[in-house]
Amino acid sequence: MISKLRSIVLGLALLAPSVFLLGAFTVWPVLQTIINSFFRRNAATRGQPVWDGLGNFTRLFEDDQFIKVLGNTLLLVLITVPISLVLAFLIAVLLNQKIRGIGWLRSGIFYPTVLPMVSAATIWLLLYNVDFGLINSVFRDLGGSPRNFLGTSTLVLPAICVMLIWKQTGFLMVFYLAGLQGLPTDVMEAARLDGAGRLQTLRHVSLPLLRGTTVFITTIAVTGAFQTVDQLYVMTQGGPNNASNLLLFNIYETNFRFQDTGSAYAQTTILLALLLIFTIINAVVSDRRSHDAT
Amino acid sequence: MMQPRSRDKTFGTALLLVIALVWSVPLLWAIALSLRPPGAPIAIGSSWWGGGLSLASFARALSAAPFETYYRNTLIVVAGILIIQLVTVTLAGFVFARVKFPGRELLFILFLMQLLVPTAALIIPNYSTIRSMGLYDTLPAIMMPFWASAFGTFLLRQTFRTVPLDYEDAARIDGATWWQTLWHVYLPPARPALTAFAVTSISSHWNDFLWPLVVTSSVSTRTITVGLASFTQMGESGAEWGLLMAGTLLVVWPLLVLFIVFQKQFVASFVSSGLK
Repeated sequence: MISKLRSIVLGLALLAPSVFLLGAFTVWPVLQTIINSFFRRNAATRGQPVWDGLGNFTRLFEDDQFIKVLGNTLLLVLITVPISLVLAFLIAVLLNQKIRGIGWLRSGIFYPTVLPMVSAATIWLLLYNVDFGLINSVFRDLGGSPRNFLGTSTLVLPAICVMLIWKQTGFLMVFYLAGLQGLPTDVMEAARLDGAGRLQTLRHVSLPLLRGTTVFITTIAVTGAFQTVDQLYVMTQGGPNNASNLLLFNIYETNFRFQDTGSAYAQTTILLALLLIFTIINAVVSDRRSHDAT
Repeated sequence: MMQPRSRDKTFGTALLLVIALVWSVPLLWAIALSLRPPGAPIAIGSSWWGGGLSLASFARALSAAPFETYYRNTLIVVAGILIIQLVTVTLAGFVFARVKFPGRELLFILFLMQLLVPTAALIIPNYSTIRSMGLYDTLPAIMMPFWASAFGTFLLRQTFRTVPLDYEDAARIDGATWWQTLWHVYLPPARPALTAFAVTSISSHWNDFLWPLVVTSSVSTRTITVGLASFTQMGESGAEWGLLMAGTLLVVWPLLVLFIVFQKQFVASFVSSGLK
């Protein structure tokens, strides 16, 4: 009995710092976000919260700009995540062999992971530059005409996607690489003896065995993509004409530039809801797939 | 039988070489630009070399912005986050692995919540919390939201669970207190996990941008990424590209050098901290 009491006291005492910090910077902020979504609070209310029910949400969904931002964000997630995952897997397969210098090749693809997004964005800002950017100079050498990637509304979001894929593929790749290296050699050997070709083995043996890895890095890639913001600050400011504006950047601008705190809270609620919906879909899909496999 | 396989392999390696080269171009180009003499503006047909190498852009960048302050602040922030994280995640991981009490699983859900809700998404409410605490525009404001880490806690919990219970019983019979047991029995085998966590923590907080931007306003509290962003706003005109890239490389080099020296350990750290 004494030792049980001791366990409670010790457990609570050791957890106290983390629990306090998580409460203050995760749980309370989530509640605060949801509650404040129902209040109007901007220059018109002189910064005072005024009960407004679902007002913030109805205004947001009637606002073409917000719909565009939401569309851009979903588009970015739907474009970058599958492409990065496929590339990551293919590169991991190619890297999964023993040759001299393979470590350097791996590092040549992984290194963007350790660059701050702001630095990477500064480099890509110049890469995409219309006058002297490297990409346009290659275009010119090939006989094409230069394009203003970041200044054209149809090109800017794809340009941001390309940069994001470059930045994250190496990071996602190392999980597949570790997974491939951890595959049981006897299974691979059996597949080979059964006469399965390399591609067949990859598709029917390796990929199903790496399902756990795929679920995990999908989660990382999706949550990461939903939080895309730093590169917009440096490269486009969401422009031109909101063509590259994304949810988190819009939240930042709504609150700190336009002082519309109520709307910023409502948008944060929407962002949290999207993350939650994705988590549920991911859990359900991965659960069903594992049932199918058995 | 062997021939098609080895041809595949050569093709695969060549493809890999091309991909790695394409991936490296942005960094190599940035380095080339930063080393151009300032008097040789970039022009059509000379995107890579500007007739000679020079460190003048780095000298100008260093005098154009208070990089010493930026470096110092970033080091304080990164170290200040990591040191406190190591304490909180070790203690919490230990409880979730080995100290059983009623209600523990309920608290575990609290930790799960942080995994689902990225701190970056909570800038608006956290900004208001920092304001009301009177910590706006201070270095602790940048650090505080990251002092507890659910991710680190899970990592340590998994590691501590692999320590045989017999060891703990032996230590208890010898009269060891809980902290002696933690220190001598649990921490030594957890060293690789702590290193892996440290590597990911350092690189992610060296790279933090939006949060430090939002909770600071003066030059004296700016971290290096925020400093770079204001540096970038100075201009995109062709004449200043050398300066811009020198500034960028000044931000990038500490982590990049560490990464190049410890490539294997870096990659392994990212992987092991994700997979457990």
